[in-house]
Amino acid sequence: MIGARTAFSSLMFGLLLLAGMGAHALAAEDFTAAVQSLNAKNFTAKGEAIEAVAATGHDRSVVVLRAMLDGRLYYRKKDRRVVIVERLDKGFRLTDAATGETLGEVGKRKVRKIAINNKLRKRLRAALARLSLAHHDPRVRHQSVTEMLASVTPDTIPLLESALARETDEAVSELLRTALALAALASTDREQRLQALRTLEGNIQPEVANRIRRLLDKEKDGAVRAAAQRALTAIEDKLKFYGFLETLFFGLSLGSVLLLAAIGLAITFGVMGVINMAHGELIMLGAYTTYLVQALMPDHLEYSLLVAIPAAFLVSGLFGIAIERGVIRFLYGRPLETLLATFGISLLLQQLVRTTISAQNVTVANPQWMSGSLEINPVLSLTYNRLYILLFALLVFIVLLLILKKTSLGLQVRAVSQNRAMARAIGIRSGWVDAMTFGLGSGIAGVAGVALSQLTNVGPNMGQAYIIDSFMVVVFGGVGNLWGTLVGAFSLGVINKFLEPWSGAVLAKIVVLVFIILFIQKRPRGLFPQKGRSAEH
Amino acid sequence: MLLKRLYESDRGGMILLAALLLAAIVVPLLNLAVPESSPFHLSTYTVTLLGKYLCFALLALALDLIWGYCGILSLGHGAFFALGGYAMGMYLMRQIGERGVYGHPVLPDFMVFLNWQELPWYWHGFDMFWFAVLMVVLVPGLLAFVFGWLAFRSRVTGVYLSIITQALTFALMLAFFRNEMGFGGNNGLTDFKDILGFSLQADGTRVGLFLASAIMLALAYLACRFIVNSRLGRVVVAIRDAEDRTRFVGYKVERFKLWLFVFSAVLAGIAGALYVPQVGIINPSEFSPLNSIELVIWVAIGGRGTLYGAALGAILVNYAKTYFTAALPELWLFALGALFVLVTIFLPRGLVGLVQGRRKPDRPPPRDETPSGETPATTGGPGA
Amino acid sequence: MKTLDRLREHLRRDRVFDFMLPKVVFSPALDTRHGPILYLEGVTVSFDGFKALNELTLYIDDGELRCIIGPNGAGKTTMMDVITGKTRPDSGSVYFGQRIDLLRLSETEIAQGGIGRKFQKPTVFEQHTVFENLELSLAGPKGVWHTLFARLTPAQRERIDEVLEIIGLTAQRHRPAGVLSHGQKQWLEIGMLLMQSPRLLLVDEPVAGMTAQETERTAELLTSLAGRHSVVVVEHDMEFVRTIARKVTVLHEGRVLAEGSMDEVQNDPRVIEVYLGE
Repeated sequence: MIGARTAFSSLMFGLLLLAGMGAHALAAEDFTAAVQSLNAKNFTAKGEAIEAVAATGHDRSVVVLRAMLDGRLYYRKKDRRVVIVERLDKGFRLTDAATGETLGEVGKRKVRKIAINNKLRKRLRAALARLSLAHHDPRVRHQSVTEMLASVTPDTIPLLESALARETDEAVSELLRTALALAALASTDREQRLQALRTLEGNIQPEVANRIRRLLDKEKDGAVRAAAQRALTAIEDKLKFYGFLETLFFGLSLGSVLLLAAIGLAITFGVMGVINMAHGELIMLGAYTTYLVQALMPDHLEYSLLVAIPAAFLVSGLFGIAIERGVIRFLYGRPLETLLATFGISLLLQQLVRTTISAQNVTVANPQWMSGSLEINPVLSLTYNRLYILLFALLVFIVLLLILKKTSLGLQVRAVSQNRAMARAIGIRSGWVDAMTFGLGSGIAGVAGVALSQLTNVGPNMGQAYIIDSFMVVVFGGVGNLWGTLVGAFSLGVINKFLEPWSGAVLAKIVVLVFIILFIQKRPRGLFPQKGRSAEH
Repeated sequence: MLLKRLYESDRGGMILLAALLLAAIVVPLLNLAVPESSPFHLSTYTVTLLGKYLCFALLALALDLIWGYCGILSLGHGAFFALGGYAMGMYLMRQIGERGVYGHPVLPDFMVFLNWQELPWYWHGFDMFWFAVLMVVLVPGLLAFVFGWLAFRSRVTGVYLSIITQALTFALMLAFFRNEMGFGGNNGLTDFKDILGFSLQADGTRVGLFLASAIMLALAYLACRFIVNSRLGRVVVAIRDAEDRTRFVGYKVERFKLWLFVFSAVLAGIAGALYVPQVGIINPSEFSPLNSIELVIWVAIGGRGTLYGAALGAILVNYAKTYFTAALPELWLFALGALFVLVTIFLPRGLVGLVQGRRKPDRPPPRDETPSGETPATTGGPGA
Repeated sequence: MKTLDRLREHLRRDRVFDFMLPKVVFSPALDTRHGPILYLEGVTVSFDGFKALNELTLYIDDGELRCIIGPNGAGKTTMMDVITGKTRPDSGSVYFGQRIDLLRLSETEIAQGGIGRKFQKPTVFEQHTVFENLELSLAGPKGVWHTLFARLTPAQRERIDEVLEIIGLTAQRHRPAGVLSHGQKQWLEIGMLLMQSPRLLLVDEPVAGMTAQETERTAELLTSLAGRHSVVVVEHDMEFVRTIARKVTVLHEGRVLAEGSMDEVQNDPRVIEVYLGE
């Protein structure tokens, strides 16, 4: 599979190369000549050759100059052809420097290195930097300036200034100004250093803080030290702020997972008062449905999740209805027995998956659009999968809210949950409503499973990890209140993530647990209790 | 006189005690006095297995006391069992002394392995048996006290309480998995050598532990029976059936629940302490919520609210588990899952209820702790 | 604004960690020198904005038999909940005698202090026999340790027999309470109240679901109790109220609408309007 893909891409590459050749035949000739002149007798001539190569603007000029800088540029003794070598155990593998054509492997004695000195190295570096700064793609320019940040010296200033003058992209210009200021930090002129520090104040490029710290180590001038300190504090404040944002994002992301896991429970437990210990396993079934969907349509990975969501809803929903009709129906009004029976069901479902699919975890692939991350600045990036799942959780919440508020099923569900006998008396088929409500809650658990399959391992035990947390969310938010579940999930997620840095993940979990136990002391009916005399009973 | 008062109409309990007495005489004889070649010889493995069952029976008894009689369904009783086990394990660990792999005179192997320099403060004193025994009682008791005090005084009842107890044992499991806790992390405590100077490998010691378990179970049964037959027992059942009523009659419901819970936790801790030297290991998986909930099914199958039924259920289910996991390992979890479903639907009073059901038709079946407002309407006798 | 209120409610020390408050020493000497045994003053209870009790002020005299009537939702049961400590009011004060602040006591302490309550639905210990039900309700120490070793004294046995006689369940003494008829359960519950020897009895709908004969006996029972005990009866059955009532209080929308003898109340135009308007 992978082999085929590589073969295909190299074929394409070859074709492109052929197409390019005709058009640039002349340019190629000049370039070849320039490269050949790198193998000059003396360093002065070599220096001129470097400039000549750089001046062609040829795509390969970067490769050639980089190879020269790294000491991999050789010439073949028999025809003095300039080549790039790759060191092997015995001898070298050669590539034609000008064309990139492979020339096979030869012994060490057949080639000789093109020698360079420090002056040439400097020249090479400058030429390489110029080339990359002049690249037509702003992303490449951005990348190269970022790389240069670590090594800017006052010598680079002219180069950077000329690049800045030409630059059209705002982000790259900004980065270039940062680089200039960094270079100015090493200036001997006190005024320039102060000016540079003013520019760098609050700049969160990681290199900036390092440089200022190093400056503080040796700087003697009081005013500069004070300015440096101020700049550093501003940077650290900003970093702290972005760190806070990142933790917040992680917290919200955990909250969205908790919300997805708990929201189905909020219906079955909160609205119907049924304790379903197999809820976690319904989530697991959803995740396995995703796995099966991907196995059935391996060529359409990108759409697999869109198919998996309704499929998982159906699978888990049907299982849920079966559980309700087969077991729970006989146990209404006996909550502890319901708890035990559904726990039994959770064991059965786990074992079912173990025997029919596998006892090991299975791999669920992330589609392309779910991977990668949204980079907001050098220190803050949000991964797409978490971002999408956060949005998805909110979407599910809203849809559910609408179902309960606007549809006739929702109306009947609320009626039955408030007064079963009365609802039956006015002609609501309470059995049917129970089954549908339970199916809805279970189906949402399945949908949650699809989302979770994109974040965590999918295995027979995965449901267990969520069941306690989900109950905590529902209890914390207040039973029977969907908004409470929303607030509960996000606050528990955020609290957890903010505790983690100073207590570790496990302790954070324990602390949250203790917090909830204490919280129940204060508000036994959760954040948003249903008040009233009937709620007292 | 007192005995007569205690055991009138407790035929099941008498049978249990008689069976324990018989086992306490026959098992040591068959193991120690009958030669190995004889078909009547009982292997030490079997003796240990039986001892293990007795520990589980004791644990089931502890749970039945609070669930069957007071309606508190604890899904975290395994935590108290494990804590008792850890306290005993720490004593056994300290007894190893220089015989460990690293030969350190004080530090257990895992601490040497983690490059610890000295014993953490909470490991001090565990070289003394009396101290360990004290901790076996105190640690689970104290945890139950603090937890129960918080939970009961804020009127956390029914399924809420169950879920929170489950969360408790889950949290403890996570904590004990950590190496930094100083309880051996993943691997727990193991490689024990001897107890009170007797080698744990010796047949005599194993038989001794079996006897200790049998005696402890008998004593615990007597204590529980005394409690449930006293007025305290009637108050506790009253709390189960009509908590608000009990409160308005003037009983401090929270205190009754709390002390019963603590007593039950202590029994569970003792069961754990007897269990560990017999199986030779204690690790964090004992805290797993699954263990605690499995325990609930032992009691449910035996028949809750009967004490001897719980003990019987524990022994039966564990025998079945031993048999199944050896013969049909795949099937065990299916069987266990099915047991949960079937027993709750078809056998709400367990095996004991099946037998007893014909004898006492006029007593309504025991109920869950349901929110008080609903009780009279949803269940109850023919009068309702 | 609403959030702020909610936050404030969170931070109220007396509502949150009441164990942090200094404990009032419960004075067993009930002080009724000024007449009333129970004072409710300006009691307000609201559930999500709905005011179940609205500035309710009510006094019950020592030894009085008081009937409280009112349409559904008038706040009768909520009032009972407040007196017995089940519901804490948002504002107002509730005193038992001159000195005992009921709002500071738990349900149990209130019960032990001498206020007994019969629920709307008959609530007895269905698993226990009638005898055991009464035994559990005995006045006296009710600590955990005490109950573990408690034995019945001959005097206590006599007391139980006496109450069994009063409530007419002597023949059923060893039957489980769960198998009693509805009316018998009601009586048993009243019997349990008597065992507690309370100073104040709160009786919620004692004759609901009773036959005419049973109702009559209940009326006799309650009137015989007045004098030694103060009795508050909440009832819907007007006929029943007429047979026992000396003084009637009408509740409406959480406050007292009218008070007086049955005839006075029945002729009060506001009362008529409320009952006809329903």
